[in-house]
Formats: sequence, structure tokens, C-alpha cells
Amino acid sequence: MKILEGCSGWITGASRGIGRATAVESARQGASLILSARSLEGLEETARAIELVSGPRPRLIVCDVADLTSLKAAFQEIVSHTKKLDFLVNNAGILRDAFLGMISGAQIEEVMRTNVFSVIHTMQFASRLMKPHKSGSIVNVASIIGRAGNEGQVVYGASKAAVLGATKSAARELAPHNIRVNAVAPGVIDTSMIANIPAPKMQDLMHTIKMGRLGTAEEVAKVICMLASNYTSYVTGQTVGVDGGMWL
Amino acid sequence: MSENEQKLRQAFASGLNLPEADVSEELQYASSQGWDSIAHMALIASLDSTFDIMMDTDDAIDLSSYRKAREILTKYGVRF
Repeated sequence: MKILEGCSGWITGASRGIGRATAVESARQGASLILSARSLEGLEETARAIELVSGPRPRLIVCDVADLTSLKAAFQEIVSHTKKLDFLVNNAGILRDAFLGMISGAQIEEVMRTNVFSVIHTMQFASRLMKPHKSGSIVNVASIIGRAGNEGQVVYGASKAAVLGATKSAARELAPHNIRVNAVAPGVIDTSMIANIPAPKMQDLMHTIKMGRLGTAEEVAKVICMLASNYTSYVTGQTVGVDGGMWL
Repeated sequence: MSENEQKLRQAFASGLNLPEADVSEELQYASSQGWDSIAHMALIASLDSTFDIMMDTDDAIDLSSYRKAREILTKYGVRF
């Protein structure tokens, strides 16, 4: 049985990593997709990966979620394409590490605009499409850093903690409309986002993961798909850690 | 009364949960009975579906009266 059969979904940041894995997994589970990201090349690669699992060709939208004008244009394109959205995955995000004394105002704005403002805007947009159907699921991709913090990641941690707060508040507000809002909080996942972690730091990190290994983007994607689907029809306002026991 | 004017009145009645007879030009956000922030979201949804539009968030925030609604809807090609 395919858990997203007949569902339509919008995934942001779908050109690589967890976003791409989520696109492929949700297509495998029967969803028809709208994928957005800044890179058309990356989106095309994701579309090819979907083709390999015999999923329907997704609609690709080049969009910078940090730019409200670009985001609004993407939403208008989605509205002209479909009047029904069953799920939204807010995955687009950036990582800008810096110690507290070295954080610039521009860096804070860039991270907040991409990781937080965009999540609120897309939830606004998606819920407008979901409300008339009295049904929908929103999954926000947060991070274990938003729960536990980490040195050198004050801005990133603040942005992901904000995502968790926004998730809970939106869940309360949208529950009467039968729209669920949940978050996943990945731990250390084997994607390009961790490529710059120095080897000694990575060794330290590995000691904190109870399962003793990195997670994969596909493992996060499966949890996202589960939350997007009706398999979790009575779950809202929750944060699901996908971290191999890091947060225990 | 034009067809769109009638639809606007019905959308207000439905969105704000008012009898259609109580919908008037004088309706104002926050000061008219029944038009609070929660009802406002229902009103926007009602206007969206009635006129088959997707109102911009800035317009939804700006929509503070019945008269303003008519003005904003004109931007979306609705003629009164």
C-alpha cells in the first residue's frame, strides 16, 4: 500500500539532501509533487531520481524562499496549477556557522529569512489551500540543534528553535480545520550540510549518537512521509527526532 | 445591485456568520459585531472561494471594512 496515493504535495529545498530524498520517497508512496528550490539543475536531478522510481513527473519551480516576492510568485504558480494541496514539507534551509562574537547582522538576517520567515509564509500559503478542503498536513524540517543547541551555531539553533515554536502555534491554530502541523528534528545526517565539520569534531559527535552511526537522508524522508500521510491522522504539534538516539 | 455586489454581501454573511440583512456598507473590522480576527480568516476564505481568487496576505491584512473589500477585489479583476 502506498501511503501518499492520490495526494499532492509541495516540497521546498527539493534539489538535494533531505529535500530530494523526501521527494523521491513521497513519489514512491504515490504522491504527485510540486518541487521548489533555487537550482533548476538540482531540481531536474531530483525529477530524474523520481523517474527512476516510476513516480509522476513533478512540477518544478525555481524559487528562493528567502525572497518573499519569489515565494509569492511560486505560490501563485501553484495556485494556477492546483486548488488542492494535501501536504507541504518545509525543508529549505541554510547553515551558517559562526561563534557568537563573529556573527554579523547580515548573517542573522540571511539565516532567519531562509529558515524561519519562509516557513511562516509557506504555512500561510499552504493553509489557504488546505482550509477549504478541511484537510492537510504540514511538516517542518527543524534540527536537533534547535532543541539541544551547539557551539558555533547560535543563529542556526535560534532559527530551528523558532521553527519548533512556529510548528506548535500553527498546529494549535490549524487543528480546528483538520490541518496537522508537525516537525522533524534530524540529528547528524549524511548530507552535504555536514561536509565542513572538521574530523575531530565529527569524532566527538559520533560519541553522542547512541546508535553509533550517521543517519541517512532517506531515513529522515520516511518519517516526513509518514507525518505527511494519514497514517498519522491524529498527530499534530509534535517534533519527531530522527537522530539515532542523540536526543535522549 | 450588481451580481458581484450580491456575491460580496453573501460572502460577508457567510464569512462573518451574519444574516445577509445585517451586511452593510458600514461594516468595519474589530468594531462590527462578529468581525474579530478569527472571523476575518473565515471572511478571507469566503471571499477567495466566492470570487475564485487567492488574495495576497498584504491585502488580507488591509481588508478592514466592507468598502475596502470592494476596493481590494477590484484589483483582482472583480467589477462592481
